[in-house]
Amino acid sequence: MPTTDRARGRLAALLAPPLLWLVLAYLGSLAVLLLSAFWTTDPFTSDVVRSFTTDNFREILGTPVYRTVALRTLGIAVTVTLLDAALALPVAFFMARVATGRLRRALVVAVLTPLWAGYLVKAYAWRVMLGEHGIVNAALEPFGLRGPGYGVSAVVIVLAYLWLPYMILPVYAALERLPARQLEASADLGAGTLRTLGSVVAPAVRPALLAGSVFTFSLSLGDYLTVQIVGGRTQLLGNVIASQVTLDLPLAAALSAVPVALIVCYLAAVRRAGALDSL
Amino acid sequence: MTEAARAAADAARTTAPHAVRLTGVAKDYGPVRAVNDVELTVHQGEFFSLLGPSGSGKTTLLRLIAGFERPTAGRIALAGRDVTALPPSRRDVHTVFQDYALFPHMTVEQNVAYALTVRGVRKAERLARAREGLATVRLDGYGPRRPAQLSGGQRQRVALARALIDSPGLLLLDEPLGALDLGLRHEMQAELKRIQRATGVTFLLVTHDQEEALTLSDRLAVLDGGRIEQTGPPLEVYDRPASAFVAGFVGTTNLLRDEAAVRVVGAPGTYSIRPERIRIAPPGSVPGPGERCLPGRIAEIAHAGAHTRFTVRLEAGDDRLTVLRQHTARLPEAARTGAAVNLVWDTGDAFAVPG
Repeated sequence: MPTTDRARGRLAALLAPPLLWLVLAYLGSLAVLLLSAFWTTDPFTSDVVRSFTTDNFREILGTPVYRTVALRTLGIAVTVTLLDAALALPVAFFMARVATGRLRRALVVAVLTPLWAGYLVKAYAWRVMLGEHGIVNAALEPFGLRGPGYGVSAVVIVLAYLWLPYMILPVYAALERLPARQLEASADLGAGTLRTLGSVVAPAVRPALLAGSVFTFSLSLGDYLTVQIVGGRTQLLGNVIASQVTLDLPLAAALSAVPVALIVCYLAAVRRAGALDSL
Repeated sequence: MTEAARAAADAARTTAPHAVRLTGVAKDYGPVRAVNDVELTVHQGEFFSLLGPSGSGKTTLLRLIAGFERPTAGRIALAGRDVTALPPSRRDVHTVFQDYALFPHMTVEQNVAYALTVRGVRKAERLARAREGLATVRLDGYGPRRPAQLSGGQRQRVALARALIDSPGLLLLDEPLGALDLGLRHEMQAELKRIQRATGVTFLLVTHDQEEALTLSDRLAVLDGGRIEQTGPPLEVYDRPASAFVAGFVGTTNLLRDEAAVRVVGAPGTYSIRPERIRIAPPGSVPGPGERCLPGRIAEIAHAGAHTRFTVRLEAGDDRLTVLRQHTARLPEAARTGAAVNLVWDTGDAFAVPG
């Protein structure tokens, strides 16, 4: 029918630019990245040589340092995600089910505002706080304790701080959507607080936790600035890639395929758990 | 069972404590008194309704009994046990919520069995009893579905089965039929009555629908402004309302005050005449003994299905009376808008109401 043809034409015209952008600029660059991972460099000029080889991947898998760095990065991403989940649950619960009116709005603003502040500013603020004469050491001194200093712990703390809003917001939204009647129904049928938390609240929050963890996990895997600022000599995938970009671009591309592969695996696992349905 | 044991059981039944006993119960929300000094007794096995307009405090009263709210003053006893300080989980009461409040992530079966799961009943027994409960509400085979896959009426039945699973001492129903359309509502009313009889559980229904309260209840209480205006069997409340509010809220009525009462009824005070008690007679008809007869003109005729509602303006004083006649009732040929008629009723049908 001519009308549907015309409607189809209009739809195509409407969708073509964003689709083109998505395919060419977004997926295209990923494809080029993956492709260049199979290229190599001239050892004398450092120029990229476009001949197919799997040497880069062999080098990554065969070199213990890369394996250690990859595992360390994965460990930090997992720790940051768990830490954020543990912090976000009580905060989101308080925001959604205890605080009301003005206090609740103030808390939402307090959670959102740091997202607008510059990433570098926040990371450097932590550098100052965690430094030798920083506020953390000053505060712990009376108890005979010292802060973690620069290193893996500092990276975990700062990343957990940076990505916390991405975990709080979905959990808060899920808890706010949970009807009070369902909590009452659970109590009415004989359930205590713990049972209600486990049987009614947890299932409602689980997809939100998984959705938030997609952010905290993938953002932690890809981060390379925080570790430079508060990580001391710690090496993560991000800064190994950054340091290889100018020396050996194909190797850097092959290295960056590692977090991409990890995230794809994670997304597949989360998808199977059904968390992406509500995203 | 020995003779003595049977006698003891009989004695226990007759002297069984009341299912619900409220003494001096009040509930304040800030400066607003939602429930005011309520005394209420519900007998074991009774179908009792709390009837009132929105804001009358009936839902607050139900939430106080369930334990979701704590009273500002007064005591709440269930089956002879003071539960005023106990949380909902420790009261032998289950609630059917207005929006059903089914758990969306659980199957119908898991929803129904929830109270048993909480108490740690074995899985096999849990499932068997959930199936039994679903059969009681005529939802056999729906166990593996999710609440989202059910219609409103089916969800309602699941909520009912879930609340009845461990035969609580008292079942609270918070406007359970409010979300259903008319046909389904009538069907579910009959179902509620049947299930209440079959289980013998005491039902306490909160509703604003006077017809629902009148048809379902053994007894009912009419609430207004946080107070109980009248408690009694439906017919008694309908025929002998204890206040002008009850007369107006339970069924429709012609309420006549002061001078209007003098003109229409022939005595000062507040009087109520039910519209279905008034007959329409041809003009100039003579009243029989014990009848009152007043001339007027038909101002309006509204056909409402099984009956017809006439609004008649009386000649003396411009008072308007509503008259309800069955469709089958014989009416004077000339009963159309603007026609002169006589209104006739037994003097006993105009009864004085306090206030």
